[in-house]
Amino acid sequence: MSREVIRVDNIGMRFNLMEKKVDNLKEFLIKLVKNQIRYQEFWALKNISFTVNKGDRVGILGLNGAGKSTLLKIIAGVLKASEGEITVRGKIAPLLELGAGFDPQYTGAENIYLYGAMLGYPKEFISEKFNEIVEFSEIGDFINVPVKNYSSGMKARLGFSIATIVEPDILILDEVLSVGDAKFKKKSEKRILDMFDKGITVLFVSHSTEQVRRICSRAIILDKGSLIADGPVDEICKLYEEKYIDEIKKLKKKKKKKKKSIADTKSAQVNEPASDETGEDTVLGGEASGAAKEDI
Amino acid sequence: MDRVLKNFKKYRYLLFELTKKNIKLKYRRSYLGILWTLLEPILTTFVLTVVFINIRGKKDHAFPVYILTGRLLYSFFSQATKQAMKSIRSNSSMIKKVYVPKYIYPVSDVLSNFIIFLISTVVLFGAMIVFKVQPTKYILYSIIPLLQLLVLSLGMGLILATLAVFFRDMEYLWGVALMLIMYTAAIFYDAGIVSDEWKWIFNANPIFHIILNFRNCVYGHPLDMNALLISSGYSIISLVAGIVLFYKKQDKFILNI
Repeated sequence: MSREVIRVDNIGMRFNLMEKKVDNLKEFLIKLVKNQIRYQEFWALKNISFTVNKGDRVGILGLNGAGKSTLLKIIAGVLKASEGEITVRGKIAPLLELGAGFDPQYTGAENIYLYGAMLGYPKEFISEKFNEIVEFSEIGDFINVPVKNYSSGMKARLGFSIATIVEPDILILDEVLSVGDAKFKKKSEKRILDMFDKGITVLFVSHSTEQVRRICSRAIILDKGSLIADGPVDEICKLYEEKYIDEIKKLKKKKKKKKKSIADTKSAQVNEPASDETGEDTVLGGEASGAAKEDI
Repeated sequence: MDRVLKNFKKYRYLLFELTKKNIKLKYRRSYLGILWTLLEPILTTFVLTVVFINIRGKKDHAFPVYILTGRLLYSFFSQATKQAMKSIRSNSSMIKKVYVPKYIYPVSDVLSNFIIFLISTVVLFGAMIVFKVQPTKYILYSIIPLLQLLVLSLGMGLILATLAVFFRDMEYLWGVALMLIMYTAAIFYDAGIVSDEWKWIFNANPIFHIILNFRNCVYGHPLDMNALLISSGYSIISLVAGIVLFYKKQDKFILNI
């Protein structure tokens, strides 16, 4: 059971932020001659190391910009890390943006072959599974219509059906899967849960500790590109909640207090009788008393 | 190297699918469909013949064949390189999400154009019959300049695709360069009318010698060895440079598209 499927070894990802974007030759040459090409280094990930064993379901937690998606892209092979080594054993299915690889001019049927080929499946395999894909996606007769005429739900359904037709060794989920209507959502969730039962390895990115608790068995926290915690899901989720969510709540409370105090001083200046309440209430009270006067 | 081959084997079906897609979609929703591969060279050759017949005089009865040989090769080269140049950007949404060997995109663009080109050579055979240009055994040698042209287009396609990712200007610059290549490739005039001191222009043109040898094959002359050497040089150098450049820069593509 404890076969290692993903090994991330001291990964670092550097982006060169050009202070001013240069994307034409003239500007580039001028700046090159003047020696003005300067980059601002930005490390989206730094010194990340962890291993994932077969059957692990790892939740990746972190605030916006913590480097979660960058890490997933590196594992999926889309991005190449600037530093470190990464080894992945087995087939990866990225359920990132479903249907992104469709050609709008192509019909659904043609797109099944194209998208399947993109995911690296051989032709015979796709032909074999073709009916199953069409059936699962519930596209019906629309399969011979160009995809540009599909609704976004249909596209997502077809994309999901193709991407999950084979049982991958590693499934990458970015945020929650919301495919199609409630009925299809249930069906797709069932398919993913079935995969879990078969011991698939999952990498799941989310902000929500509730979702991570439900899906994952293990979690890691990324903060500004560094791995700061790794462990069983409950422990890590608790830590995450304490560290970030409570902090946010505190911040919100502080803001509210500030607002309130401003409102208080305002109402105090107006010298309304209901100075304890917020500004809105005062206005309402004023209107009500006005209406009452008219009635008399 | 072994890894590259294995990877290619895994994705060769994708290469086939993308090539098929390019061909299928090129003429979809046009009433005449794939017939345009034949009609287009016929019509442009007709126009060029009418325009340039006075320059050449009436002595060449097979002038349309002469034009057609040059134009077919040139239009393949220009279409293939232009499309390959844009291939990385037009597939950016896919490149950002799923790992696929990136060279598949420019290579499939060149291949699909090559297949369309091969279909359109039917027009050339038709013109040879109509204008009584007897095919000889030399027509079999035409595969050599055609392969050179394919290699050259692949190489240029890879180079341009890489450059265009970093500099959009390439798309406009290459348009101008293609026009220059067209006018200096002796497509609708005889290379002999150019005086000796300007002959170097032909040597600077990557497709001039390929067209020259292709014409030799069609008209039943043996291949010109000197021209063969020059065009081989252009093809091989561009392919090697293209592969090296592409492989060196491909990991940075995603940061620029």
